[in-house]
Parts: sequence; structure tokens; C-alpha cells
Amino acid sequence: MPRVLLHLGRHKREMPPAVALLAVLLAVLVAAPSFFGASNLRDLALNNAPVLLVALGMTLVILVGEIDISVGSQFAVCSVAAGLLAKAGVPIVLVPVLVIVLGAAMGSVNGLLVGSLGLPSIIVTLAMLVAWRDALRWGTEGAWVQDLPESFQWFGLAPGAAQALIVLIAVVVLVIAGWALRNLAAGRNLYAVGSDDEAARLAGIDSRRVTFGVFAVTGGLVGLAAVLNAVRFNAVPSNAGIGLELQAVAAVVVGGTAITGGRGTVLGTLIGVLLLGTIGTAMTYVGISPFWAKAIQGLIILAALVADAVLARLERHGSLFRRGPVAAR
Amino acid sequence: MGEAPVLLRATNVTKAYAGVQALRSASLELRAGEVHALVGENGAGKSTLIKILTGAVLPDGGEISLDGAVLPQLSPAAAKALGIAAIYQQPALFPELTVAENIALGIEKTGRWGRVDWRERHRRAAALLARVGARIDPERDAGELSMPQQQLVEIARALGTGARVLILDEPTASLSKDDTDNLFRVVRELRAEGVGMIYISHRLEELPVIADRVTVLRDGTTIATREMADVNREQLIQMMVGRELSAVFPKRTVPLGDTVLELRGLGCTASGVSDISLSVRAGEIVGLSGLVGAGRSELARTIFGLTPSDRGEILVRGKQVRITCPADAIGHGIAYVPEDRRRHGVVLEMPVSENVTLAALGNLTRFGALDFRRERELAADYAQRLGVKTASIRSLVSTLSGGNQQKVALSRWLVTKPALLMLDEPTQGIDVGAKSEIHELMMELVGEGVAILMISSELPEILGMSDRVAVMHGGTIVSVLDRADATPERVLARALGEKTSEFRTLVAAGGGAA
Repeated sequence: MPRVLLHLGRHKREMPPAVALLAVLLAVLVAAPSFFGASNLRDLALNNAPVLLVALGMTLVILVGEIDISVGSQFAVCSVAAGLLAKAGVPIVLVPVLVIVLGAAMGSVNGLLVGSLGLPSIIVTLAMLVAWRDALRWGTEGAWVQDLPESFQWFGLAPGAAQALIVLIAVVVLVIAGWALRNLAAGRNLYAVGSDDEAARLAGIDSRRVTFGVFAVTGGLVGLAAVLNAVRFNAVPSNAGIGLELQAVAAVVVGGTAITGGRGTVLGTLIGVLLLGTIGTAMTYVGISPFWAKAIQGLIILAALVADAVLARLERHGSLFRRGPVAAR
Repeated sequence: MGEAPVLLRATNVTKAYAGVQALRSASLELRAGEVHALVGENGAGKSTLIKILTGAVLPDGGEISLDGAVLPQLSPAAAKALGIAAIYQQPALFPELTVAENIALGIEKTGRWGRVDWRERHRRAAALLARVGARIDPERDAGELSMPQQQLVEIARALGTGARVLILDEPTASLSKDDTDNLFRVVRELRAEGVGMIYISHRLEELPVIADRVTVLRDGTTIATREMADVNREQLIQMMVGRELSAVFPKRTVPLGDTVLELRGLGCTASGVSDISLSVRAGEIVGLSGLVGAGRSELARTIFGLTPSDRGEILVRGKQVRITCPADAIGHGIAYVPEDRRRHGVVLEMPVSENVTLAALGNLTRFGALDFRRERELAADYAQRLGVKTASIRSLVSTLSGGNQQKVALSRWLVTKPALLMLDEPTQGIDVGAKSEIHELMMELVGEGVAILMISSELPEILGMSDRVAVMHGGTIVSVLDRADATPERVLARALGEKTSEFRTLVAAGGGAA
């Protein structure tokens, strides 16, 4: 087998969404080449950079077999915090650092409850989704953070430079996450815990610590995403990030990460973010009503899950419908 | 006795699981109104025979007949309809349902529209409970009942299905003396009603009290069926173990080094092991023998920090250490290859190479990052040394055979260069070739000065490979035998626990009553 194919073989889980993404882009290229205009591409990149950061965290969480649906509410808290910090006169270079710490702290709460106490992550993070969101509503009384200092929007830089910086940060984090998952012992441990946490425990891996870690890191990434999103505007809404958890989970699952954990890559997540991020805009360019966008996204997620189940079945039984051999003893 | 008609007959039943012969030629004859004991070592094939009789497993060959009529293709439903029921050691009631509901399950025909006749349900449950002499309110939740009470409910349920053949699998294993007496009373009453009972127990001293005849199973073959009054405990043990050591073990004597592991009064309340004192020296293989449930794996898991000890001391090379998690144990050079590798000894969905290095990733980094070249070399090295048959070290472990998966599990721990290697059933369910390769590897390791603690349910393996044999019973080590003193009879007698004198008195009492 040629080397290129060998390389592709290692990424077979990312192939279906990659093909789908190419198909969407090709269709748009034919039907509405103006989609590829500079300003549209820039908007797409800026809109999706924060989503990518959150989805990267979600990838880690799903790889260990957990889920975090509180990211949207964490995002809102972090956004408001960023605005308030800037308004309080904290130097703009310190704001991201403090907000990342805040995000990591909120993620740590999830991590403690799920990792150390062993509570189910779906329920813990559902509770946190409601708790953070309503605490914020109570704290801000729905008011936006306004009258921000000059240095807040675009970090006080020229918009073009700041936009490039935002996209660059997202790409750098993507590369670091990909490298770390593959090249660090911690990354390997994460896959082991996600595949079989009892086996990982027997190999001396502290799965509780791994679980705590992914939630904390995810919180930190949510904080970073919130800052990068907030600086695009001159006021911070108190209801940011509604539905962000769905976008992130969808991107991860569409990108070929197994919802049961243990398998997946950040490359897949990037493809997932791009696919789900472009398809909505692409549809309006092709002339389909935007009202269909959510429904189509839902269908894509469903298709990804079905494709995953079908592939797993084929791998195990060699056929879709025959029942597998009964395990001996 | 003896003139009653034959109720159930199994003739030359055979069964193999994935190449491992569980039953070679098992035969059993159960008469109406008889309590028929079935005894044998771990792995002799008792469970498999029971599964076949209850229709849970189809035999490869042989014949099962009920009332003289051959039963082809027995299924669980068919067995139940024919009146064959089994009661296991752990009651299998639904804890959230009431006793009456539990008894009704599977017995009751529903009325029109699936309507339940509650009064009838209650009445029948009360009647069945009365038949087994249990004073239990049918409306209580099953989960509130004690173990022995639940057992009686299960028997009542079995009788409710019209069971004529009752299989009791170690029913007294966790019963007190009084509860055992009560169970025996119920068994005798059912016997008087003509129910045939197959009675499995490791408590040989009970058998003369309750059983009429006994069948001994060994290596999947029926050795003999005797009148209970005609055999004593020694003869039974003799029949259970009486085989020549057919397998050849590559045992060589290795000069022993310093003590690597010493346990002093070690105990763990959560896992039920207590008062363990044992030492293992470099170059030594200590076999850990005992029946299922004696606490062997629990002891290994305690030493490895999976269920940390709460009493006693662990000394590694003479220094007292604290082990509260597996990472601690690994840090002290302790490795544990668990039982049931398909579930936890390896990560099935990871490649061979990543499985081999998983416990040693800390030593595999360069500037903090994993050194993939060294990982490949290491994995290839161990795969070759242990003869792992795999297409590539990048193949997923799930694609390998059982024996090869076990070698991968072993490799993982050899990479950590352990001082003490604990092997839990290292050759269970793998083929003969891989088995002797693993035995040979063990000899190589002790030759290099590794200390090995080997848990095995296979007596020949224990006797063939061990320098000393520690026998466990009831969560503690009851005896440590030197290789020269370790005969199959001695090991089994100690694993069975009770003292010989006690057995004699019971035989005398039982014999007198018969």
C-alpha cells in the first residue's frame, strides 16, 4: 500500500465528514461562488473559532466517555466576567488569563463531581447548565455589560490584526491539542480511560484524575473562547452561548469521535466544526431557506451516529443484520 | 431408596468452548425423590453440566432424557416447562418487586387484557411459601429479605412452576448453621414429595447428612456415582483429584534471593480478606490455591492497591510501604495481570504496541513527549520474546486470540521490570501451546530473579509450577505447603476448609440417621 493510503487508513473515522465537507464546498463552488468571498470567509472563521475551542474541550470530555453540556452557560459567565474585568480597569492582557482561570474553576466543579464523586456527567452538567445560567441572570438582571474601555474591542488592536490573532490562537490551540493527545502520556491515558476505564485502572492510570483533568481543561478552553468572542463587540450580552453545547457535541460526533469514548481525533473535530459551520451559510447562498438550517444540522448529526453504528457493526460481525456469534462463557 | 424410577438422565454429554473441552463425558442419573450430590474441583465441569440441564447451553454431544424420553434441543423455556429448575448461590429475585410478584413471574397466565388477579396471586404465593416452610409475608419487597429467606422464595417459585427436578448450586455456601438446618428440612420434605434434587456443594461434610448418592466429576468426565453411605471424605477427595499429572511443567529449581514481598496480618474489610501473612522471595513461585470465593483475587487486588488494605503491613524488600492505589504498587515494582483479560487485562480497542507500553509510559518519554520509536522497538521486542502472534504491532488487541491477548497483558507488566509479578489465572481458557509458552516464560522470569505469586484454579498448574503453595479458605491463608509436601489431596482438603475430625462426626451422625 502506498504511504499516503496507509496514512489515510489511520484516519478512516474522519473520512466521511471530510468527504461531506468537500461535497458541500464543491456544491457551493458551482452554485454560488460568491460564498468564497473574502469577507464571508473571514466571518465564518471568526464565528467558528470560539466554537472550535469549545469543541476541542468537548472532544477530550467525550474521548473519556463523558459529556459536558454546561459549556454554553460557562461561556456566558466567562463573557460577562471578561467585560466586567475590563471595565474594572484590569489590563487587557490579563483579562484572558483571569477568564481562563475562571473557566477552569467552573470546569473543575464538574470534574470534582464527575471524577471524584463518580456522578453521571450528563446530570451533573445539566444541573450546572441551569445553575450558571440562572446565577448569571440573577447577577446581571439581564443587563449587558456596556461602556467598555477602548482597549476591550479587538484588544485595542487594529481589527484586521485582532481578527488574524483570534484565528491564529484557535489554530495554535488545535495543533497543541492534537499533538498532546498523540504525544503525551496524559493523552494516551485519556484514550485508555475512554476505551475501558477498569482496564486503565488496572494499568495504574488514575482515571478519576484524568476525568477531572478533561473537565478542568474544557472549562479553561471555554474561558478562552468566551474572551475571543467577546472582544469582537463593544458590549457583552448576558445571554451568550445559548445552544453552544449542542454545536460542540455535534461537531465532535460528526467529526468521528465515538460518543462512547476511546476513539476520535481533534482533526475530526475541526472537520466537524467546519462542516456544521459552513452548511448553514452555504444553504443561504444556494438559496435554501435558513429555517431549514437547524433541521439539516440535526440530520447530519443523526447520519454521523448511524454511520458510526453501521461501521462498528460491520467491523464486528462482517454484516449488518446477521447476529454476532454468542460469546463463549 | 434405589427403587424409585429414574427422573432425569444425562449420558456422555460433551461440550467445548472455543477449543477448550469443558465436558468430555459427563453422565448423571437422578431418581425421583433423591438428593444427588454433584462434586468436583473448580473447572471440573459442574457449572457447564448444570447449564446444559437447564437449557442455557446446548451440548455438543450426548443425550439428556426425562422420564425415559430423550430431549432434543433443550432451551431454557423448554427446561422450565418440563419442570427443571435451578437455584443458584446468589438468589436472583427482583429486589424491587414483592415476594408474591416474584413468585408470580413466569408462572402466571394473565387474564383478558393482561389483567392481574391480585387475590389469586397472593393466595398462591402464601401457599407455596407454606410448602417450603417459610414464614414470609408475600407482600414484602424481596430486597428486604435476608439471603436465606430469598433462597426459600426461589425454591417456592421453582415449585410454583411445577418443578420436579431441582438443581441446588452451593445453596449453603453463605448460610448459617440454623439456616442450613432449615434448608435441609425443606429439602427432605421435597424429597418425600418425590422431587429429584441435584445438590452441588463444596462442603463435603454436608453430603452424608443430606445426599443419597454422589457423582464425582473430574476434568469434564464422570468418575463415579456412589451411594453416599459407601464413601468417606478421603475417598471423595481422592476421586476429585486422582489424576496423574499428565501435563508436563517446565519446573526448574532456581536459587532463591531476598524476600521481595512480605505481608503481615494484612486485611481488607471491603473485599473480605483478613489476617494474611505470607512472603515471596526473589526467584520463587508461590502458588495461591483455593476454591472460587476463597479470596485469592481479592488478596491480589488488595496488594495491588485496587482495594487498599485497612489492616496489617505490606513490606517490599524489607521496607514497610503504603499502597493506596495501583500507581503506588507499580512504583514499588509490583505488577498484576488480572483474571478475565478479555475484560480488563488489556484495552481491546488499542493497538498491541500501546497496550504493551501502557503501564510504563512514564519511562518512555523524551523531553516530556512519548518516544514513538522506542515504543515500537519495545513492543516489537516483547511481542517477539513472548511469541505474540499478530499481523502487526499496530493491530488492535481485539483481533488476537485469547492466548495472544494474555501474552500482551503479560508484556505490559514485563516492560515495567517488576520485582513481584502477580498472575491471576494466567492460563485459563487458552490453548495448550500458549499455556506451556507462558509456563516457560514464568521460569525464565524467576531465573532473572522475579518473584511470582500465581493464582490458579488448576491444581496441576499450582503443584507443577509452585515452590510453595499457599491455600486460602474463607478470606485467609489457612496453610502454606512446601513443594514436596503439596499433594493434590492435601491442597484440596485444606481448600475445602473444615477439619477432618468435624467431617467424621458429621458422617457418623448422618450415617446413624440414614
